Amino acid sequence: MTLEIIGISVLWLFLFLYVIVASIDFGAGFFNAYSAFTNKQHILTGIIQRYLSPVWEVTNVFFVFFFVGIIGFFPLTAFYYGTTLLIPASIALVLLAVRGSYYAFATYGAKINHRGYIYMYGLSGLLLPASLSPVLAMSEGGFIKMEGSQPYLDYWALFTSPLMWSIVVLSLTAVLYISAVFLTWYANKAGDAKATDLMRKYALVWAGPAIVTATGIIYELRDHNPEHFSRILDLWWAFAISFLLFAGTVYLIWKRKNYGLAFILLVGQFFTAFFAYGVSHYPYLLYPYLTIYDSFTNEAMAIALIIAFIAGLGLLLPSLYLLFRLFLFDKDYVKGKSDYHA
Amino acid sequence: MGFEDTVLLSRILTMMTLSFHILYATIGVGIPLMILIAQWVGIKKNDDHYILLARRWARGFVITVAVGVVTGTAIGLQLSLLWPNFMQLAGNVIALPLFMEVFAFFFEAIFLGIYLYTWDRFEDQRKHLLLLIPVALGAAASSVFITIVNAFMNAPQGFDILNGELVNVSPLLAMFNPAMPTKVAHVMATAFMASAFVLASIAALRLVQGSNHIYHKKALLLTMKLGFVFSIATALIGDFSGKYLAEYQPEKLAAAEWHFETEGEARLILFGVLDGEEPKYAIEIPYALSILAHGVPGAEVTGLNEFPEDERPPLWIHYLFDTMVTIGMWLAFFSFVFLFGTWGNWAIITKKWFRWLTVAGGPLALIAIEAGWWFTEVGRQPWILRGYLRTSEAATTSGQVDLMIILFAGLYFILGVGTIVVLSRMYKRNPVEKELADRQKGGKGGDPE
Repeated sequence: MTLEIIGISVLWLFLFLYVIVASIDFGAGFFNAYSAFTNKQHILTGIIQRYLSPVWEVTNVFFVFFFVGIIGFFPLTAFYYGTTLLIPASIALVLLAVRGSYYAFATYGAKINHRGYIYMYGLSGLLLPASLSPVLAMSEGGFIKMEGSQPYLDYWALFTSPLMWSIVVLSLTAVLYISAVFLTWYANKAGDAKATDLMRKYALVWAGPAIVTATGIIYELRDHNPEHFSRILDLWWAFAISFLLFAGTVYLIWKRKNYGLAFILLVGQFFTAFFAYGVSHYPYLLYPYLTIYDSFTNEAMAIALIIAFIAGLGLLLPSLYLLFRLFLFDKDYVKGKSDYHA
Repeated sequence: MGFEDTVLLSRILTMMTLSFHILYATIGVGIPLMILIAQWVGIKKNDDHYILLARRWARGFVITVAVGVVTGTAIGLQLSLLWPNFMQLAGNVIALPLFMEVFAFFFEAIFLGIYLYTWDRFEDQRKHLLLLIPVALGAAASSVFITIVNAFMNAPQGFDILNGELVNVSPLLAMFNPAMPTKVAHVMATAFMASAFVLASIAALRLVQGSNHIYHKKALLLTMKLGFVFSIATALIGDFSGKYLAEYQPEKLAAAEWHFETEGEARLILFGVLDGEEPKYAIEIPYALSILAHGVPGAEVTGLNEFPEDERPPLWIHYLFDTMVTIGMWLAFFSFVFLFGTWGNWAIITKKWFRWLTVAGGPLALIAIEAGWWFTEVGRQPWILRGYLRTSEAATTSGQVDLMIILFAGLYFILGVGTIVVLSRMYKRNPVEKELADRQKGGKGGDPE
């Protein structure tokens, strides 16, 4: 295993973790807003606030970890993606600010539960994946072009691209699906039958669209990036496993059985698909300009980063375990029996 | 839009984000220690006032942290968006502390979540206090790592450039650069100092507004003590910073001091205006610059004329330096008078005008923080990486920076106003007098809900 592969694997893993935890966060906000809209807010708000408020900063760090890490391991990405992502990334930052300020102002602070704010917060949960996911489309090539020695983003090509739109739609359906499955489990643990039913319904509603749009992307890639497409076909078995895991989740949710296992299967489904996609993308970070080899940092830095990563992980894993034990797996806390907020 | 413009616009946007973020970051680094001390004093003296003080600070703190997280993410990403050429170079040499900063922040965020949501969950208060230690450590470590990156920009080392290629990169050497010790110490000490004075401000404000509760008096005395201790520390470290500058970045010191000719027995110039190379209406302290630079009244201090004109920082950083130093000195002096007066039972410290001066301490400390960062950043110009990369060569070529300035200006405005409105509403709805009464009635019910 080369240093390059270790580097990209670590980053890809953290991106995956971000996709899962952020999807839960984004989707929950949307469901919360939707239930406020349909006047069922009391069903979800408590659960969402109990789970999300203590952990959203941690969620955000996964994102920061990814972009700091990629500059560290692959500094040349700063040149290509930094120059071209000014607008999409700035929009994403503003949307992240909407979410952060909702937690700060509405749940920690003076409890501003104005409807407009709840809607804005919910909407930002959909707009964020929509503003971040086009980066995946850009990495397929054809959208970032060179003018002399300077890269620029061809917005027209991007916005008229079926590939970009199918990735955006996938990100939305995936967010809602992941979030609904998780919250079904969480609500069930909290012993809240009404919320469980509602979230179970959402999970089943969004399962179909999620799998259809995921398949759609592979289809779109055939025209857009044949090289990548053929590498995906080589990995068909991984996608088949992913599909079986998906079927397992849907079955369990449908039968109202073992929601915890359903969520674990879902993580497995996305994990296999995400890594199969990543492996098929190898070695490109940006078709056709940037591979993990020509953008890689020097060896001394790479080794230093990996050591720091291992040390950091030694610090983080026990802490995360403590966090989850106190909030996710603590029965009284989950059920809302105890309120220990400062 | 020309390339020249994007450099200026990128600088404006970075300046905006950093100036806004630094307020939250400073508080974010300093306040956990203040909470820690208050809670510890409370447990030790078995005094519920200090415990409540810690708890109420924590409630407000979490709001500033959330906004700090948002603006911190913004600056983290903007570094790559606005300065891609710099980050590409820096990524190769100084990525390590950036990476470690994320871990430190991770650590802090996890324990902050736990700390906030576990008040009164443990029988033993000390267990709860233990959870705050990783928060304070994580916050401090984040600031250490990020300051190391800034130190590297001022005194880059740990690599060689051979035919345009980076070679012999040593991440540790890059981290432990000559600017690092003084800069890290200065940032930490001032963060504690500013946080103490901000909290003192709040306590003093409640006293000015007519409350005569012992709770506020205890809060004020504790924070003024801490403010005094850290302002003395800041002054000492400031002296070392001057010696660092004289040795490694003489052009920054010379521009800040309007010191043009290399000479011994150099005077320190405070304020004034510049007429050619001659300061007018300035306060001049003989030998002081030589002492600041080298510790000896006769020592020779390098003048600005030794440097080519296109490598000199702008001369207006003089005022930034003066603002920073004057406020720092004033706060050290003022807190000293306050403490001396308290012990001696002087009448003056309970006078309204004196309380107002105490209230002014918090905002002044934050102004000094801003002036200090502006000084160090503008004072490094024209370099983004001193001696290697000019700011003008590092900016993005993207043409939409102007739109982003408007976008982020709006965002920061809303976040800033939101913070003030939410904080003041939160404390107004649940004043300490009411909370103390509630606690006596219902045991531990301190939640605003």
